[in-house]
Amino acid sequence: MARSAVQLSDVHKSFARTHVIDGVSLSVDPGEFVVFVGPSGCGKSTLLRLIAGLETPDSGRIVIGERDVTDVHPAERGIAMVFQSYALYPHMSVAENMGFGLRIRGLAKDEITRRVNEAADILQLGKLLERKPKALSGGQRQRVAIGRAIVREPEVFLFDEPLSNLDAALRGQMRIELARLHVQIGATMVYVTHDQVEAMTLASKIVVLNGGRVEQVGAPLELYRKPANRFVAGFLGAPRMNFLPARTLGGSAGAVEVDLGTTRIVVPREGAEVSAGAATLGVRPEDFTIAVAGEGLISGEVTLVERLGGEALAYVRSDASPDEAIVVKLAGDTPVARHETVHLGVRPAACHLFDAADRAVGAPS
Amino acid sequence: MIYSDRRAGLAFAMPFLIGLLVFTLFPFIASLLLSFSNYQLQDPIAEAGYVGLENYSAMAADPTFRQSFWVTLIYVFVTVPLKLAFALLIAFVLNFRLRAIGAFRTAYYLPSILGGSVAIAVVWRYVFANDGLINQSLQLIGMDGVNWLGEPGYAMATVILLRLWQFGSAMVIFLAGLQAIPTDLYEAATLDGAKPWTIFRRITLPLLTPVIFFNFIMQVVQAFQEFNGPYVITGGGPLKSTYLLPLMIYEETFKYFDVGYASALSWFLFLVIAVLTALAFRSSKYWVFYSNEKEAPK
Repeated sequence: MARSAVQLSDVHKSFARTHVIDGVSLSVDPGEFVVFVGPSGCGKSTLLRLIAGLETPDSGRIVIGERDVTDVHPAERGIAMVFQSYALYPHMSVAENMGFGLRIRGLAKDEITRRVNEAADILQLGKLLERKPKALSGGQRQRVAIGRAIVREPEVFLFDEPLSNLDAALRGQMRIELARLHVQIGATMVYVTHDQVEAMTLASKIVVLNGGRVEQVGAPLELYRKPANRFVAGFLGAPRMNFLPARTLGGSAGAVEVDLGTTRIVVPREGAEVSAGAATLGVRPEDFTIAVAGEGLISGEVTLVERLGGEALAYVRSDASPDEAIVVKLAGDTPVARHETVHLGVRPAACHLFDAADRAVGAPS
Repeated sequence: MIYSDRRAGLAFAMPFLIGLLVFTLFPFIASLLLSFSNYQLQDPIAEAGYVGLENYSAMAADPTFRQSFWVTLIYVFVTVPLKLAFALLIAFVLNFRLRAIGAFRTAYYLPSILGGSVAIAVVWRYVFANDGLINQSLQLIGMDGVNWLGEPGYAMATVILLRLWQFGSAMVIFLAGLQAIPTDLYEAATLDGAKPWTIFRRITLPLLTPVIFFNFIMQVVQAFQEFNGPYVITGGGPLKSTYLLPLMIYEETFKYFDVGYASALSWFLFLVIAVLTALAFRSSKYWVFYSNEKEAPK
């Protein structure tokens, strides 16, 4: 197998007795687009800054390419970083912003101009090169920040929530540009976001972080379909997965019987050894269907319907989920109304099952 | 209702308005008029006569005035850059996150609260006296004392030092300016490979220019108006080597009673400050950088 572009081994980092990164080991392959995702405070930005060299790990090693860079100065690591605030030098023109690092490194003027122009072409910044950042829109500033990274021709691009200062429309557009850019220059990219849409659409590999630890690593759809635990299951997907308190009644080969209190369901689970005990049944909103009376798994009263056009979200209060309304994603024109009693069916194979320690029991098929 | 509101508002503004009228506007206009008169302080004002530009032309022929203006220029152009550089250096150091940084900041700011007072000038006079603290310390390490207040060169240095010692307010403004520079920019520059000195020169200084400009103007204006220090420490001597213009204005008025001439001197000083300030503003578009000017439409 080819060497990793970035390799983290058992990295720890604390700030004043708070463990921010708690033993992270991770490997990023060359050309991969890896997204660190997780709730705020999960350590994803710190992890990126550790790779950049803006923070020093308390222990553990960081390797970029074939070099151990744990103690190497940020400028010597072969990385380039795009900041959430863009961090453009406000007193320099776009061209000077992009060329600053190259000038510091003592590159010839012609070479700097060539690289700046090349990056400007890729990012359609050609007409803005003489402008100051204050004369640019948010999206243009973002592109300049990316341009500043491109001209350095780094081994690895690091992005720290680069789109979070943009409005929703621009964010969508920049997301597409970033994906195109990744294809175009084929570089390794490590990207931090709390936005799961960005994570799902951009990543070739997602790293879900929580409390300074890696919860799960995998391709976006793999994480979506086979979350390793309840945290990942709840974090990816919008609206998030419904969690119904349940008990497993033990399983025969390939199937587990689950008691929801009001009803029971047999969930197919290949090769999982399940003992009886407390558990959680997870069902994604889109996996519920409206059933006729008597045939559904659970029934309840619709408390709210949000019609989004192409789809509708129904919030259902049911004894099966006493603490939280069940969210059901339906086709936009489904005739459900508030206060109506609905019966919800689910395909057993689409159900997720978590044990008392919130670990996934097998995977849905 | 509206009328009584207005009266209340006016009442609250009155202290300021009275101050402005009595202590700023009236002296401002009166001194301009008096500068064209031969008014003597001991005579009734009714006897003052109009003399046209006589007071101003007298200045040109007055060697004392030329000496005074010369030492004022030296004082201003030595103290302002030195004080700004010193204040910036201290602010830069105090901008680091160090243990007990608040105590250090307070300690460095203290002289500025005390420094402008006459009491400190008196202390300064004793410290630099022939048998003062400095000379005694010099003798302790086997060096000869210096006649700080008796030699023209040293006397000026002593007066300049007092001003430098009061770097606190400029320092605090610099400190605020430094803290307004986003950390991201320093990190971006670090990633770009810039060394600390380059970062300071290429990032910190340009982004600090609005604050430098503000401090420069304030310091120039204040330095031209310095009175307490030289008045208390040297009395303008020796050989008028620290005889700053405000001292001369004071003596022309209250020692020689020549209010007309003193008023002309005041207006000359005012015009010098005004011209220099205007020049500084003119030049600012070439070197002062404002990062938060209007944004382009999205």
